[in-house]
Amino acid sequence: MTNVKEPLIPTVCVITDIRQDTPDVKTFRVLTLDGKKPFIHKPGQCAMLSMPGVGEALFSITSSPTNTEYVEFSIKKCGCVTSWLHAAEVGQQITVRGPYGNGFPVETEFKGQDMLFIAGGIGLAPVRSVINYVRDNRANYGKVDIVYGSRSKDDLVFYKEIIDEWKNDPTVNVHLTIDREQEGWDGHVGFVPNFVKEVAEKFDEDKKAKTTAVLCGPPIMIKFTLQGLGEIGFNKEQIYTTLELRMKCGIGKCGRCNVGSKYVCKDGPVFRMDQLDALPDEY
Amino acid sequence: MRKCSLSNSTALFNKIAENATLYIPVDLEKGRVAYKKYADGMKMSDALKTDRSAKDFFFPQTENLMEFKTEGKSIEIIDNRSEAEDFVVFGVRACDVKSLEVLDKVFLAEPVDSYYKNRREHGVIVSMACTRPTETCFCGTFGIDASAPKGDIECYKTDDAFYFNAVTEKGEALLAKLDGVTESSDEKAVNEQKEQIKKVLDKLPLKDLKADEFGADKTDKFFNSPEWKNLSEACLGCGTCTFVCPTCQCYDIKDFKTNKGVQRFRCWDSCMYSDFTKMSAGQPRLTQMERFRQRFMHKLVYFPTNNDGMFSCVGCGRCVAKCPISMNIVKVMKTLGGKNND
Ligand SMILES: Cc1cc2nc3c(=O)[nH]c(=O)nc-3n(C[C@H](O)[C@H](O)[C@H](O)COP(=O)(O)OP(=O)(O)OC[C@H]3O[C@@H](n4cnc5c(N)ncnc54)[C@H](O)[C@@H]3O)c2cc1C
Ligand code: SF4
Ligand code: SF4
Ligand code: FES
Repeated sequence: MTNVKEPLIPTVCVITDIRQDTPDVKTFRVLTLDGKKPFIHKPGQCAMLSMPGVGEALFSITSSPTNTEYVEFSIKKCGCVTSWLHAAEVGQQITVRGPYGNGFPVETEFKGQDMLFIAGGIGLAPVRSVINYVRDNRANYGKVDIVYGSRSKDDLVFYKEIIDEWKNDPTVNVHLTIDREQEGWDGHVGFVPNFVKEVAEKFDEDKKAKTTAVLCGPPIMIKFTLQGLGEIGFNKEQIYTTLELRMKCGIGKCGRCNVGSKYVCKDGPVFRMDQLDALPDEY
Repeated sequence: MRKCSLSNSTALFNKIAENATLYIPVDLEKGRVAYKKYADGMKMSDALKTDRSAKDFFFPQTENLMEFKTEGKSIEIIDNRSEAEDFVVFGVRACDVKSLEVLDKVFLAEPVDSYYKNRREHGVIVSMACTRPTETCFCGTFGIDASAPKGDIECYKTDDAFYFNAVTEKGEALLAKLDGVTESSDEKAVNEQKEQIKKVLDKLPLKDLKADEFGADKTDKFFNSPEWKNLSEACLGCGTCTFVCPTCQCYDIKDFKTNKGVQRFRCWDSCMYSDFTKMSAGQPRLTQMERFRQRFMHKLVYFPTNNDGMFSCVGCGRCVAKCPISMNIVKVMKTLGGKNND
């Protein structure tokens, strides 16, 4: 019996590095006990992490599949599992199962497109995986614009990577914004939806037509950004986002995460906006 | 077809129990009926159905999934799954037999749930035709034939005998083992009973309930119906309907600290509960109306959409009988199902 695979039984892995990204977000590197990546994934997929006795929780795999050394999760402290993880030290073992979900269509629909990445707060976690995938397969994609915003400078996740790597990548345009003026910040100030509109308005019609947007963040940001993109001529077919619902099994069986007939854990979390529109408004 | 006279039923049950754990429906106090592990001489209930369905044998209300030992920063996973014992469930009605087919679609779909599969492989279902279906029954609405209950062995009980027909290989193997306590028989008595059952089915109050209006890809047609509000108004969110339902399959996974380590187990959960989908930043189903709608949309629309039109209700009538406010899927279907169901 124990040689039969069981999706709910995880693998023991170990935290090999912890980085404090913002006051409430830490990024964890995770490897199997023999030093390998726990799985092969697609950008946008998730995995279930757990500490026995504390519980299980699902997180986006924020590292790119092109990273051959490790996988990373960026985790915002908000409850039992996440607080426990925030208190953990390097060398701590955790359990991992996955990867789950469909992921972004990086090898199909995204190929050859100009990419417009839009994220708010911790929403950058899933998007970062695609951004780095695109950067590592640069020839397969067109121009790249990244619009990212947070409450304050200190809440920008992956700030160091954004400044040291993305900003220095001549093939990528990075547009950062924070909600309110702050000492030591001379960049853009304002909410993401307006900023996206400002950035994308400058695209000519030809570029607009061949741009695919990836949009992740709090529901309110998604709502207004969508509206803005619509006003400047983007179609729903050009915009992808991820949904976040309560999850337990991650494999379409516990019945928890459905929107209409779709299970977000299995059929999502990535949805194209027009597909999402066809689902009942219950997310 | 094999036959065993009722006067010989103890010998029959003893024979089955020689090779596998046997469960039969028995009458308990206060009119309750439940499957019990057979012991010599135990009397089988004649009741139409057990209070809880045969689902419990394959997807129990709680089950241990694995254990963990933790020490310092280390974790050890203890996979203590073991091969299930062979067992036979005797007297499963057509609706409950069909409910296993519904559960199979969930638990045997990739990635396969090994806990469920293990029990499915080791369990043999001896069904039982319904001679006295009742007013809450509407299996016919979903194309289920109470006079052909299927399972691994199809069984008919007349006034003086059990008649058996093997349906699957597993059923054949079991029936072959019962040669000593059964004899060959023609189909006459069974055919007569089938005719008689059809007559009873024809008189059932819900015989005309139709599911045609529901099914795959009908989300838009029903989701925003104004009727949900009235239908759900009195719902207490008690979850009874989901717990008695043979096809409800939602579960929760939880950890429990023991003195030896940590036990991870799963238990039934209910879409009727407010914390089922609750998140830190929101709640997609804020009111009981939305939770109520989820239950029925799932059974009548979402499940068929994902499973080639198969409904996730088998018309067993348990929720009809057990809801404290007498709300149920029949009322939902009658209200939303258009003139078909007037
Ligand atoms: C597809 C997907 C991708 C995700 N990616 C990330 C990520 O990359 N980084 C990250 O920090 N978080 C992510 N989350 C959210 C993360 O799963 C929750 O924050 C986590 O489950 C909370 O666990 P906890 O034990 O700390 O909280 P609990 O102690 O269980 O609960 C604390 C609060 O969080 C709520 N909660 C429980 N589950 C969720 C959930 N799935 N979403 C939101 N709130 C929840 C509870 O209702 C409660 O109010 C993702 C969720 C999904 C569904
Ligand atoms: S919904 Fe009601 S009638 Fe249908 S299978 Fe479940 S308990 Fe039986
Ligand atoms: S429909 Fe009836 S049984 Fe089901 S949760 Fe509501 S009150 Fe309880
Ligand atoms: S998390 Fe269990 S069905 Fe999606």
